[in-house]
Amino acid sequence: MKISCPVPLNKYDTVTLAHGGGGKLTDQLIHDLFIKELDNIWLNKTHDGAVLEMSGKVAFSTDSFVVNPLFFPGGNIGDLAVNGTVNDLVCCGAVPQYLSLGLIIEEGLRMDDLRKIILTIKEAARKANVKIVTGDTKVVEKGKGDKIFINTSGVGIIPEGIVISPERCTDGDVVIITGSIADHGIAILSSREGISFQSTIKSDTAPLNGIAEILFHITKDVHVLRDPTRGGVASALNEISRSSGYGILLDEKMIPVSDEVKGACEIMGFDPLYIANEGKLLIILPEVHAGNVLGEIRKHPLGKDAAVIGRVEGKSPGVKIKTLVGSTRIVDMISGEQLPRIC
Amino acid sequence: MCLAVPGIITSIFSDEGMKMAKVSFNGVIKDISIEWVADAKVGDYIIAHAGSALTILNTAEAEETLEIFRQITSK
Amino acid sequence: MKYIDEYRDINVINALATEIQKVVKQPWNIMEICGGQTHSIMKYNLSEFLPRQINLIHGPGCPVCVTSLEKIDKALALSQMKDVILVSFGDILRVPGSESDLLLEKSRGADVRMVYSPLDAVRIALDNPHKKVVFFAIGFETTAPVNALSIVRAKKLHLNNYFILSSQVLVPPAIKMILELENSSIQGFLAPGHVCAITGYNEYVALAEKFKVPFVITGFEPADILKGLLTLVLRLEEGRFDVTNEYKRVVSKNGNSDALEMVNDVFELTGQEWRGIGIIPLSGLKVSERYSEFDAEKHFNLDGLNTRESGLCIAGKILQGTCKPTDCKAFGKECIPEHPLGAPMVSFEGACSAYYRYQ
Repeated sequence: MKISCPVPLNKYDTVTLAHGGGGKLTDQLIHDLFIKELDNIWLNKTHDGAVLEMSGKVAFSTDSFVVNPLFFPGGNIGDLAVNGTVNDLVCCGAVPQYLSLGLIIEEGLRMDDLRKIILTIKEAARKANVKIVTGDTKVVEKGKGDKIFINTSGVGIIPEGIVISPERCTDGDVVIITGSIADHGIAILSSREGISFQSTIKSDTAPLNGIAEILFHITKDVHVLRDPTRGGVASALNEISRSSGYGILLDEKMIPVSDEVKGACEIMGFDPLYIANEGKLLIILPEVHAGNVLGEIRKHPLGKDAAVIGRVEGKSPGVKIKTLVGSTRIVDMISGEQLPRIC
Repeated sequence: MCLAVPGIITSIFSDEGMKMAKVSFNGVIKDISIEWVADAKVGDYIIAHAGSALTILNTAEAEETLEIFRQITSK
Repeated sequence: MKYIDEYRDINVINALATEIQKVVKQPWNIMEICGGQTHSIMKYNLSEFLPRQINLIHGPGCPVCVTSLEKIDKALALSQMKDVILVSFGDILRVPGSESDLLLEKSRGADVRMVYSPLDAVRIALDNPHKKVVFFAIGFETTAPVNALSIVRAKKLHLNNYFILSSQVLVPPAIKMILELENSSIQGFLAPGHVCAITGYNEYVALAEKFKVPFVITGFEPADILKGLLTLVLRLEEGRFDVTNEYKRVVSKNGNSDALEMVNDVFELTGQEWRGIGIIPLSGLKVSERYSEFDAEKHFNLDGLNTRESGLCIAGKILQGTCKPTDCKAFGKECIPEHPLGAPMVSFEGACSAYYRYQ
């Protein structure tokens, strides 16, 4: 006599260890939530892996997401999980195509939250025009995780003629940012206990392949692409400067910062250059293309505040900034996270 | 020491007997104690440090300083 | 932002710099006392605008830098106690104690939380009735009122699980100590604007008269600092030693009496150790008897801590202005922001950190 599990998925308020055990509950979770929502020919096969037809130069990237809180103004961990890897592929010069999705869930995560995150992943993947083709789920004991950790890995093809590498950054290039900085990091802080505040600041999490498409339509002669996530614009540019051996000089008055982000940074004593972004692109390319690129990117909803914020000059690595008052100072790599100052 | 920033009072309220204000810093609102700026009213600028208002900003003095700057700049 | 951007105007800065160039005739050693002033000088690289006759020396005005090693070790010991939530401002989390720092303890499982205001710490105590919440109350006179308010609030809410570990310091005794040093070369001071917003500046008038040294009280925006320097150089060139208030939009002569009243009720004067410098008499605040139930040092057993400073660190001399960070053997080698030996390399406007990042 066959006994089937009588309790449907939606009777569970929270994720339990059994949901990761490999048995009927795991099967239910995969079919009734993941495959049902993320639905595509690869996932529907429920094979151990996805078999993909790809030809050309393949870019491959991976990223893990551990953000706390899971839900923040402007999005949740699901948005970051898709857009983060999509944008890493964009920064390789690739057209993102396929993602894997690995979940490590802490026992006790509310099923409603998991459902919301999966629906967000579904929508983010649709917007980014990528498919989630394979995945894995584990459940760990309470106390051994932090609600949910997500890993996404992704692949995409790099079109002919595109070579993106920090070493290509060279004298005479300009540095463009596609919009206002520090929105994501400040949005996260706004809901953190002990330092929270009210504002309309939202995370800027977004896929940047649309912007990249516009860019490559104008020119393939793009030297560096980078999404300035943790550590902000300052850290990203310091890394690029070190790899290329060239110096970068920023112009403070050209750097777009929204009024509210500016206000939050003043109260906390933060420098927006060091704060995370999740939907902005640094583009380093020869100056001759800058005018056209800016003109076209500014027509895209994600690029309306795009600006040239600096130039590459001098065979001596390091990032400097011309301040609002006309003096120049060094913009160093930060060690550790920026902490709110009293002083 | 003493990172303190000017913000404008948008409303005044009491939190279990503690005098508080919602203060806007370029649109970001924080609850700030106005325990020692008894005369503060909506529309005043206060200088906020670690969740408390140090003083009410003297707008007349601020304007005077800016006027001095204007004179120096036009020399 | 209103009342900020106007003081960052490039034309104003250039005009003030030109005036300073015109009036300076001889070399002057000037100390800016406040960490916030140091931060602004570094952030806007104001040295670029100053004639080489002006030698700016960074003073001990960073409460993070001067918090004694013993207090840091006490905070670390508290964080390791079961059922204690250690709450503090952000910038003290990375300051090294004898063995560890608060961030490291957090990574080892201690419940260490960061707040913007001590009133947030009271809220944490309210929300966690079965835990003991200790707020690491550092700061100068600017922060003393709100630290006091947190205790008054806790008392009003009948909380028996809120405590403060007080490491509060006062500016005038430190200035007096610096001016009494045998090898002191400081000829004029930029006085801290936000401290004076609370205390007023009568004590600085007394110091100016006693030591025949001019003080100018300034704000923290680049125009405020340059205007302050212009006025100070004029005083020095004229041989005047008085106190000038160049932050009138915030500072009045007698300060904020309501705030001072609360400070005097909740705290009392005490001798305080300044890290790297030593004990300066009557330079600190401790919780008064009336509120002793909120004093962490009375409630918890914090004896027997093995406190020892790095032998290489010369933070004390740097904070007193008798050495520059570049004089230190460990600067840039054993001591860098990633692994600091002393507090001035940790705090963003500590002199060593500022030198390392910006020069």
